[in-house]
Order: sequence, then structure tokens, then C-alpha cells
Amino acid sequence: MRSFDTAVPVEARAICAEFQGRQVLRDVSLSVGRREIFAIIGPSGSGKTTLLRHLLGLARPRQGSAFVFGHPVAELSRHELAGLRRRIGVAFQGGALLNSLSVVQNIELPLKQHTRLDAATIRIMTHIKLELLGLLDIDALMPAQLSGGMLKRASLARAVIMDPELLFVDEPSSGLDPVNAAALDDLLVELRDSLGMTIVVITHAMETALNIADKILLLDSGEVVTVGTPTELLQSRDARVQSMLQRRPVRAGSAADDYLNRLTAGT
Amino acid sequence: MRGGHLPTHRLGRIGLDILAGTGRMGILLVQIVRPAPTTPHGLARLLHQLRFVGSRSMLVINVAALFVGMVLALQFHDTLVRFGSITLLGSAVGLSLVRELAPVLTALIVIGRAGSAVCAEMAIMRTDSQIDALECMAIDARRYLLWPRFMAFLIAVPLLTAMFDVVGIVGGYCVATANFDLGAATYFTGITENMTGHDLQMGIVKSACFGALSAWICLGQGFLIHRGPLAYSGSEGVSQTTTSAVVTSSLVVLFADYILSSLML
Repeated sequence: MRSFDTAVPVEARAICAEFQGRQVLRDVSLSVGRREIFAIIGPSGSGKTTLLRHLLGLARPRQGSAFVFGHPVAELSRHELAGLRRRIGVAFQGGALLNSLSVVQNIELPLKQHTRLDAATIRIMTHIKLELLGLLDIDALMPAQLSGGMLKRASLARAVIMDPELLFVDEPSSGLDPVNAAALDDLLVELRDSLGMTIVVITHAMETALNIADKILLLDSGEVVTVGTPTELLQSRDARVQSMLQRRPVRAGSAADDYLNRLTAGT
Repeated sequence: MRGGHLPTHRLGRIGLDILAGTGRMGILLVQIVRPAPTTPHGLARLLHQLRFVGSRSMLVINVAALFVGMVLALQFHDTLVRFGSITLLGSAVGLSLVRELAPVLTALIVIGRAGSAVCAEMAIMRTDSQIDALECMAIDARRYLLWPRFMAFLIAVPLLTAMFDVVGIVGGYCVATANFDLGAATYFTGITENMTGHDLQMGIVKSACFGALSAWICLGQGFLIHRGPLAYSGSEGVSQTTTSAVVTSSLVVLFADYILSSLML
């Protein structure tokens, strides 16, 4: 096995994927450098979460390969994949906290499963992460009692409890108010700066990507539109990039336009 | 007519789907029961599941057993009186319960109470990405979720069956003494004289098999919901999968009962 220290944290080579007979990813390639915040952005249904599932080894691509720390995730045995995943943290879009455990039990679960730390040490480490994410007052609650924003923060706390080298965050700011969304963006930058994490953020919020990412990949209809720094994206003349930047759909003589024109002509 | 729409093609597709589903369930069973070190946390989860599957089923099992024993006593009395063999009432009730009714009825009650619950729980965890989250935390979901539940069924169903036997026999005794003036000595002597170790063994083997089968089907259908036709049907998919698991496991228990009876008699 290649060393974790020298390998590229995340790489995708020409991934093609299908979902119920529909092609959802077409020749998607990317490379994420160490200590980089890499944002994958795109409109809803563009294939972002599907791409994440392939990078995590939760789905097998029809063609192409995904590599994490140099290992082809789709070709690893369950045991090898488990070894690799101990170096990774994942915060899922809906939280994906175990419903039968309280918030604090969810967050300390990886520590209990993978370390031989005593209960007091686990409690201290969990307390630090709870404090970091502003969850101290809700640690005893059950996931069903949390708001969407709290669920996201609790999921992120669980993802970083083992101080992973690589962190995947799916839609960190969706459903959050602007203040909490900005705070979460700042936290991701802080995690990268203080703990040296490599972070892959899946988001449809251009503001988040422009604020925190070192590199942005724009995905649309399963295809890579562009990859570049925030500055390069802002200077792009591509219609789909401009559409995302201006939060307006790409319109090309649609039926809706015709209908509106006819309505306007009638008045 | 396109080839894919021919009845033979559809039949073939259904056959392949059934084969693939059975194969997945078989692999899952091997993955659940394969030897692996059990941690203190694993034992705690097993005890928690034993409480859910076993302790919390005791009330319904006891009530059902009492009435089944009482009804059996009434029915057997009516039949045995015709042949002048009323002294055999205890052994008739006892043997019916131990060899046949207690294992089957206990399994069916546990399927309805706990099997449906674990199936729905697994299906919701799968559709809600909780199982994906476990895998991404490098936690073997089969070991973490399925093993304690499977073992709880395997341990609890024979114990509940034994309880069903005892309470059912007591129920029969109540009816025998209250309604037919049969003495305790006659009732219980009939049982001890006619019941052999083989009868008890048959009950234990059957109940352990039923526990394993019902756990396997209920857990497997919920856990593998994403591989079936109801993968993206949301809450309706969860409810249909749960119904399917309860129906399938109940029928499999009845079928297995016939097979085991024919092998052991």
C-alpha cells in the first residue's frame, strides 16, 4: 500500500455512472491536493452527491476510478476499505445520525469503536468537539429533537471526532440561516488551518465555495463544466458558470419564455 | 413486440431477480454469523436487543400461551371423553404445545412484534443514510447492527417458547381442574409419563431454527432494501418491505415446521 503521506488525497479519473438507466456522471475527473479545500458545486440534480458516493466507495462507477490516498476505492476489500475510512470523516447532507443514540453518543461512537481510550478521555475529546461546534447545550438530545442546522453541526462533530486527514462535507450550509452558514464556513477553514485537514465540500451555494475553497469544480448534468480557483471562476465567460454566479437559470427560448411573451403581448 | 416485453422474458427477469435476492440474502447470513471478536460494546448491544426481543415479548407470549393452553384443554376434553381417555388430557395438551404449537406460535408472535420492528428500523436506517454513515466511519454495519439482533432472536425465541410451554400447560391445568374436575396428579402425571426427551428436543430445535429464520428474513429485507424494487419508494417502500418481511418469514416458519417435523418424527 502506498504511504498516506505522499499520495494525492482524492482523485477521480473519468468516472461515468448510471442511475436507473440514466447517465448521471460523464467522464468526471478531479484531483484534490493536500490541505486544500476543494468545493464541488452545481445545481440540484447535477450529480454532486452521486460523485461523493463514488469517492467514498459507497457506489461503483460504470467506468473510471476513484482514488483516495492513492487507493482505488472500488477495488478494495471490505477490510482494506475500512482501514482507509479510519482516516476519513464524512458529514452527510441530512446528518445521518443514528436515531437510537443521543447526540453525544453519536459523536463519541467512532472513538468507542476504534480506540481503547478510557471513558473520561473520550468524554473530554467529545466535549472539545461539542464546544467547537456550539453543541454543548444539546448533547443529551436525540437526533429527532434537533433542527436541521443542529443536525448538520452534530454530523460534522462526529465526522471530525477522530481528527481525520480527509473530510468530506455534503451541503454544509443548505437550510441554515446566513449567520450559521458563515460560521460553518469559517469552521471548515479553521479545521484546515489548525488540523491540516484536506476538505472536500459538496455544495450548491456559490457563496460558500467562493468564500472558503482553494479550488472549485462546477458540475452540471453530470459533466465537469470547469475546475479552477475562485478568481478563475469569477472571470469565466462560460454561460453555465455565469448562471451559477448570478443565480439565474440558463434560458434559451424556453416554452416558459414563449408563454410569458404571449401574456405580455396580450396586455 | 419488443423482446423485453415477452412473457417469457418477464418470467426470466423475475426468476433472475429472485435468484439474485436469494444470493444476496445468503451472503448476508454468512457475513452476520461469521466468527469475529465480540467487544464489551457488542455484548451491551446484544443485551439491549435481548430485552427488546425477549423481555418485552413476555407479556404477549404469556397471555397467548394461557389462552392457547385453555382452548387446547377444552378441545381435547371434548375429543378424549368420546374415547373414555380423559386421563390423557395432560399429555395431549403438553405434547401439542411442546412439539408443535409453542414453537410455531411463539415464532409468529415474535415476528409480528419484533421482526416487523427490526425490519422497519433497518429499512429506515438504510434510506436515511445511517448505514452508509456507519460504513464511512469504518464500522461494520453487519456486525454493529445485524449480529446483536440476529443473536437476540436466536436466544430469545427458544426461551420464549419454553415459557409458552409452561404457561400453556398451566392454562390447560386451570381448565382441567375448574371445568372437568381432573386432579392435578392425573393431569401432570400424564405429561411426565408420555413426554420424552425427544419431544423437548424437537421443540428446542424448531424454536431455534424459527428464531434464526425469522431474524434472517426480517433483518435482511430491511437491510437490503436499497437493492430491491422498493429502494426509492420512501416511507411506502419501508412499509411494504416490512409487510413483505412479516408475510415471508411467517410462511417460511410454517414451511420449515413441516420439514423439521417430517425429519424429526
